[in-house]
Amino acid sequence: MSDEFGEAALKNILVFYEGKRSELIPILQEAQGIHGWLPGKTMQLIADFLHINEGEVHSVASFYNQFRLMPLGRKMVTVCRGTACHIRGAPQILEDIGQSLRLKEGETSPDLEYTLESVACIGCCALAPVVKVNHKIHGEMTRERAVTLFPKLSE
Amino acid sequence: MSAKCNALVCLGTGCQSGGAEEVLSSLKEEIERLSLEETVQVKQTGCHGFCQRGPLVVIEPEGIFYSKVTPDDVSEIAKSLLPGETPVERLFYRDPATDTPLPHYMEIPFYSKQQRTLLRNCGHIDPEEIEEYLAAGGYQTIKKVLLGMSREEVIDEIKRSGLRGLGGAGFPTGRKWEVCYKAQDTKKYVICNGDEGDPGAFQDRSVMEGTPHSVLEGMMIAAYAIGAQQGYIYVRAEYPLAVKRLRIAISQAKKKGFLGKDILGSGFDFKIALFQGAGAFVCGEETALIASVEGFRGMPRLRPPFPAESGMEGKPTIIDNVKTLASIPIIIDEGAESFVRIGTEKSKGTVVFALTGKVENNGLIEVPMGMTLREIIFDIGGGIPDGKAFKAVQTGGPSGGCLPASFLDMPVDFDSLKAAGSMMGSGGLVVMDEETCMVDLARYFLDFTQRESCGQCIPCRLGTKQLFDILNDITKGQGRPEDIDLLLEISEAVSTHSLCALGKTAPNPVITTIRYFRDEYEAHINEKRCPTGVCGMLES
Repeated sequence: MSDEFGEAALKNILVFYEGKRSELIPILQEAQGIHGWLPGKTMQLIADFLHINEGEVHSVASFYNQFRLMPLGRKMVTVCRGTACHIRGAPQILEDIGQSLRLKEGETSPDLEYTLESVACIGCCALAPVVKVNHKIHGEMTRERAVTLFPKLSE
Repeated sequence: MSAKCNALVCLGTGCQSGGAEEVLSSLKEEIERLSLEETVQVKQTGCHGFCQRGPLVVIEPEGIFYSKVTPDDVSEIAKSLLPGETPVERLFYRDPATDTPLPHYMEIPFYSKQQRTLLRNCGHIDPEEIEEYLAAGGYQTIKKVLLGMSREEVIDEIKRSGLRGLGGAGFPTGRKWEVCYKAQDTKKYVICNGDEGDPGAFQDRSVMEGTPHSVLEGMMIAAYAIGAQQGYIYVRAEYPLAVKRLRIAISQAKKKGFLGKDILGSGFDFKIALFQGAGAFVCGEETALIASVEGFRGMPRLRPPFPAESGMEGKPTIIDNVKTLASIPIIIDEGAESFVRIGTEKSKGTVVFALTGKVENNGLIEVPMGMTLREIIFDIGGGIPDGKAFKAVQTGGPSGGCLPASFLDMPVDFDSLKAAGSMMGSGGLVVMDEETCMVDLARYFLDFTQRESCGQCIPCRLGTKQLFDILNDITKGQGRPEDIDLLLEISEAVSTHSLCALGKTAPNPVITTIRYFRDEYEAHINEKRCPTGVCGMLES
């Protein structure tokens, strides 16, 4: 049962840390790599390791945008809403992709195939508007091209 | 082509997203296939600046500039490097007005009007090879400092240079260092702030990706000057390439003995660790950044005490921006006198901007302080695309303001921007054309700040939300005549009473758009009309 949860993987991460409070964020970042998100059990084990309250771990994890407290889709679709992207049409692109994936911003499809989210800035402003699918950045996006990124769904 | 040349392939994030990695690998293969390895060195570089035209390939020493290169173009480029062959004209940049091909990048207005000092290595050296940085004169300054300058001399040189920090206040870097130097403590810290969270900015990312060793060298000099033994680079986790290159740079610098114990036999010890920010705009604020490195929620605290006296773990700490630190080796090397010759009376040196938005040429630029907005947007940026009219320029990100056409001839420096209601900030410069709705833009920025408010102090937490709600109503055609005054009143309260700079500056986009584009607010409220047609809920 513990294997299923990935406790061994977490332990393999924790052996490289000393158990200091200042290690909390790097630990959370690495631990998130196991499942792609942070299950409650993971946070509980991290709390035990650092000898702090589980609530404190949760408080830090929920503060930062990077940490996920819910499972994510296999394909992360990230629409940049940076300033340059915004004035070059990102809001319409987000809406169109949302319609084609049948998801609202922040939602994950029930089959865990897609998560749709927006991000404050990817830093590729010269290629605005930008959409990222997993690690691949698609620049100079148009409404037409945006929906073709997901061929199965646009049919 | 000349006997020996370098083929530089830009592998910044922008060019990578356009397929630069494939261009690099196929160019290497082609050069091998043509047995040109002896004469042509193919290498990856950091950001060359003209991201919009990427992937970019530059042939040096001639400075031949190829834009929008695809893997299919590579064999032609490789062939052109054979003796007696000529460059590939079809890949030249063409002047948009005259369609004249411009083979050399220094002929392209985007580059020719710039003054690349801080960025001089960006796009020219392989950021993953310390040897290239060394060959370009890198780590010479830290040698000079450790073996020949006192700590006081270093601080004095930075003070005389007039270098100012890139937080909202533009605080003199040398003075900050002096405070930290004078603080009595055995343990001190240097932190490089690479938490570039402003939407519309990527200058720090480009510097970290393009010339990571400059950042390390700047940190070493700072550490020596104040007496720190430990440094941290706080870099956004959203910048994986910057993280990777900094990691490589740190390990190479360690191997060469520039980091570690008794550096260059001087008795000076210094280590640098990388900290990946977990995504919170407020962590750009120095006390929030420290809380984050210590493992807590990134919430700012009241200052004073300033981190220079009591920062990380209560120890004296200096926190400087990436570009500030990367300028240090240049200032020490060339001398404060040379630095003060560039710029305006109170803003010295050059400034790096991310020029984006509705402008013909998007990219990373470096210009002397005091250049006018017109020169930046129209000469370097090539003006507004599609024959549209310029409307406004936003500087300083969500903390800055929107300046209308009447400011185009204003020389850009710390103080002029501040006086106009904006700020230098980290250096984003987003251009808007006639199709941008200024009310929607203010709403957009307040949406951002109210999401990113840490929630600790009431003026910021509730004030930004109220501003956002009112702006949202106005863009939906539900604005009331008294809303403009109410927005200004709340703005005043938020900027006066918020605890940190996030809240204090959050109303700037609202205040400046009302100040300079009040008629647009009035059209939305009184006529239920969006003059640009952006706000879809209204008739336009």
